[in-house]
Amino acid sequence: MIEFRSVAKRFPDGTIAVDDFSLVIPSRKTTVLVGSSGSGKTTLLRMINRMVDPSSGVIEIDGESILDRNPVALRRSIGYVMQNSGLLPHFKVVDNVATVPVLNGVPRKVARAQALELLDTVGLSRDLANRYPAELSGGQQQRVGVARGLAANPNILLMDEPFGAVDPIVRAELQQETIRLQRDLDKTVVFVTHDIDEAFLLGDQVVILEKGAKIAQLGTPGEILANPANEFVASFIGADRGKRRLIVDANVAPRGDDRVLVDAGGYPVGLIAAPDGRLATGSPSPKSRSISNKTDQAGDA
Amino acid sequence: MVWLWNNLGLVLSLTLEHARLSAVPIVVGFAASIPLGWLANRYRIARGILLPTGSILFTIPSIALFVSLPLVLGTKILDPTNVVVALTIYAVAIMVRGAADAFGSVSADVQLSATAIGNSPWTRFWSVQFPLAGPVLLANLRVVSVSTVSLLSVAALVGNGGLGYLFINGYQRDFPEEVLVGIIAILLLALLFDLVLVVVGRLLMPWERLRRRPSRLKPVHDSAVHDSAGAAL
Amino acid sequence: MNFLLEAFAYIVDPAHFFAPNTIGPRLVEHLAYTGLAMLIALMIAVPLGLAIGHTGRGRNVVIAVTSAARALPTFGFVLFVILFTGLGLWPLTLVLVVLAIPPVLAGAYSGLEAIDRETIDAARASGMSEWQILTRVEIPLALPLIVGGIRSATLQVIATATIAAYIGLGALGRYLIEGLALHKYELTIVGAILVTALALVVDGVLAIIQKLVVPRGVSRGTARLTSTTIRRSSRSSEATPTPITEG
Repeated sequence: MIEFRSVAKRFPDGTIAVDDFSLVIPSRKTTVLVGSSGSGKTTLLRMINRMVDPSSGVIEIDGESILDRNPVALRRSIGYVMQNSGLLPHFKVVDNVATVPVLNGVPRKVARAQALELLDTVGLSRDLANRYPAELSGGQQQRVGVARGLAANPNILLMDEPFGAVDPIVRAELQQETIRLQRDLDKTVVFVTHDIDEAFLLGDQVVILEKGAKIAQLGTPGEILANPANEFVASFIGADRGKRRLIVDANVAPRGDDRVLVDAGGYPVGLIAAPDGRLATGSPSPKSRSISNKTDQAGDA
Repeated sequence: MVWLWNNLGLVLSLTLEHARLSAVPIVVGFAASIPLGWLANRYRIARGILLPTGSILFTIPSIALFVSLPLVLGTKILDPTNVVVALTIYAVAIMVRGAADAFGSVSADVQLSATAIGNSPWTRFWSVQFPLAGPVLLANLRVVSVSTVSLLSVAALVGNGGLGYLFINGYQRDFPEEVLVGIIAILLLALLFDLVLVVVGRLLMPWERLRRRPSRLKPVHDSAVHDSAGAAL
Repeated sequence: MNFLLEAFAYIVDPAHFFAPNTIGPRLVEHLAYTGLAMLIALMIAVPLGLAIGHTGRGRNVVIAVTSAARALPTFGFVLFVILFTGLGLWPLTLVLVVLAIPPVLAGAYSGLEAIDRETIDAARASGMSEWQILTRVEIPLALPLIVGGIRSATLQVIATATIAAYIGLGALGRYLIEGLALHKYELTIVGAILVTALALVVDGVLAIIQKLVVPRGVSRGTARLTSTTIRRSSRSSEATPTPITEG
C-alpha cells in the first residue's frame, strides 16, 4: 500500500506542482492518476520512486517512509515504465530487460533466462531478444519497457503515460495487455495518463487531478460517471458535452433487437440490444477487476 | 607597456595587415562552402568525396601547408599568396562540413511545404533552406573566423604572419612583452571579427532572437565541427 | 618540382634514417613529445570532462575554455612561456598539455551532453547508482565523441611540436625550420612531408578507433541524431571544437 500524507512539491523556479496531496493507493489494484498537463500527476508518480523528493509531507510504502530508504535500492524494488520506453540503446533487448536483476547481483546467464520468460509474458517473440531497441517498433519497445519494469518482480509498477507515443491501434493492444498482465500478476499499479477513457479502462480507482495535484474526484469509473463531483470533472469526462449520456436513436430503424445509441450531442456511439423494446441490463465484471485468476471472486471494483 | 606605447604605429599596421590577410580566407571560405556544402548534403557521392577530402586537408599541419604551396602554385616562398591560399583551404575544409550539416539541419517538413506552395528549387534554396541553415552556418563561420585569425600568426615563420611578427621579433630579442602584445592583439582581433559576425547574424536573422532557449541546450557541433580533424563519417 | 624529387630522394636514403639527428630519431622524439603531453592531458581532462558532463555543473567553464583556446595563437603562447621558463622538455610539455586539454575536455563534455536525457532518466529510475550510470551508460555512449576530442587534441599537439623546433627543440620540425633558415628548400619539403605523413597516419588510426568505439545498436545515424539536430545553439561556440590553430 502506498500512502501520501499532505505531500507538497515546490520546484526551485517557484512552481508549485503539488499542493497538500493526500491519497491511499491500495495494494494489488490499478490506480490511475489522470489530469491535463500541469496537474502534477507525473510529479506524484516520480515521488514514489524518489526521482523527485517532496518538499514536505510523507510518503509511505507499507507503512515505511520512503525517505528513510536509500533511493537506489528503492528504485530497484519498484518497476518504472516511461513514455518513450527509455531503453538503453546500446544494450540488446534481453540485456535491457535484465538490467535490474543484474544490478542486484543475479548472474547474467540467469538474468537473461528470466528475461526471455518475461518477453513471453509481455507478448514478444523471443527472436527479438538479441536485437537492439533501434530495430524495434514503438509498440515493441514499450513492451520491452514493461518487461524491464517487471524483471525484478516488484510489488509496485509505476507507469508514466506509457502508451502516449504509439498509434491508437497499438495503444489499444497495449492497454489490453496491461489488463491481462494485471489479472495474472496482481501488482500494485500506479498509472498516469491524460486520457480519461484510458483511465476508465484500466483503473480500479481513478483519481482526477486539477492543477497543483488537487483531487477533483476520487472513485471507481462507474462512480465518477454516475456522479461527477463538480463542473471540472463533468467537463473533463465529457459529461457536459453530453458524451456520457446516451439515448437510443429513434431515427434509425432497429436491426433485429439492436438499436443505435447516440450521445446527447447526437453522435453515434454504439449499439444496444433492446428485445421487446426493453434495454438489456447485466452485471458485467470487467476482467481487470478480479483479484487473480486463481480464485473466482469478483474484485471490489 | 612602454614598448607598446613606443611602437603603437608598428602594432597598428601589423594589425591591419593581419586583418586583411585573415579576412580573405574567411569570406572566400564561406562563399565556396555554400555550393559545396549544399552538394555534399544533397548527393551522397559528393558527400563521400568532399568531406573526406576536407578532412584530410585539415589534418595537414599549417606550417607544412605554408611551405608546400609555393611548389604547387609556383610562387616564391615569401609570397603572402601562399598564406592566404593555405588559410582559405582550411576555411573551406571546415566550412564545407559545417555547411553540409547546416543544410542537413533544415527540417524536411518545412522544405516540403515550401515546394508545395510553389517554390522552384532555386527560390526554395534562397528563401527557405539558406536562411534556416543560417544559425549553424554562422556558428561554423565563427569557428573558422577565430581559427583563421589565430592560425595566421604561424605564417610568421615564412615572413607573412601579420601580428605573428611580434612573436618572432620578441623572442629573438628576449622580450616577452612584445610577444604578449602580439597575443593580446590577436585575441582582440578575433573577438572583433566574432562580434561583427554575431551582429550581422542578428541583423540578418531576426527570427532567431524569438526562440526560447531551453535550459539544457544540445550543442550543435558534435560530429560536424567536433571531429574537427575531420572525421569523414 | 625539383625540390619535391630531391625531398623524396632525401627521405628514402637510408643514411638519413638511423644516425643521430636524422629522420628516425627525430620521428621518435616527435612521438615522444606528443605521447607524453597527451597522456598527461588525458589524465586531467577526461575525468574533468566526465564530471562536468555528468553533473551538468561547470558547463560554462568548458564553453569559455574551449572558445578561448581556439582563439589563442599557439605559436605565440609557446614562445611566451619559453621566454620565462627557458628551454627544456618540461616547459614544452607544459605548453603542449595546456593546449591539449581544451579539445579533450570539450569532447568528453559534449559526448555526455549529446546523450538523450530520457535514457539517463530511465537508467536512474531503474535503480542504477550515479557511478553505474556513468560507467555503464554514459561513457559507452559518449565514447565516439570522447575519442573525437582526443583526435583533435593529438593533431594540435603534433602541429605545435613541429613549430617548437623554432626554439631549438628537436623533432621533425627541425627540417622545416633549418631548411628555411639555410635556404635549403628541399629540406623544408622533407619536413613538410614527414610532419604531414605523421599527422595523417595518427589521425587515420584515431579515426578508425573512433569508428570502432561506436556502441553496437547505436548506428552512426542515431548517435548523431542528437548532434546534428535542428537545434542550433546561439551559444554555438561552446560546442565547436578546437581545430588546429598551430603548425
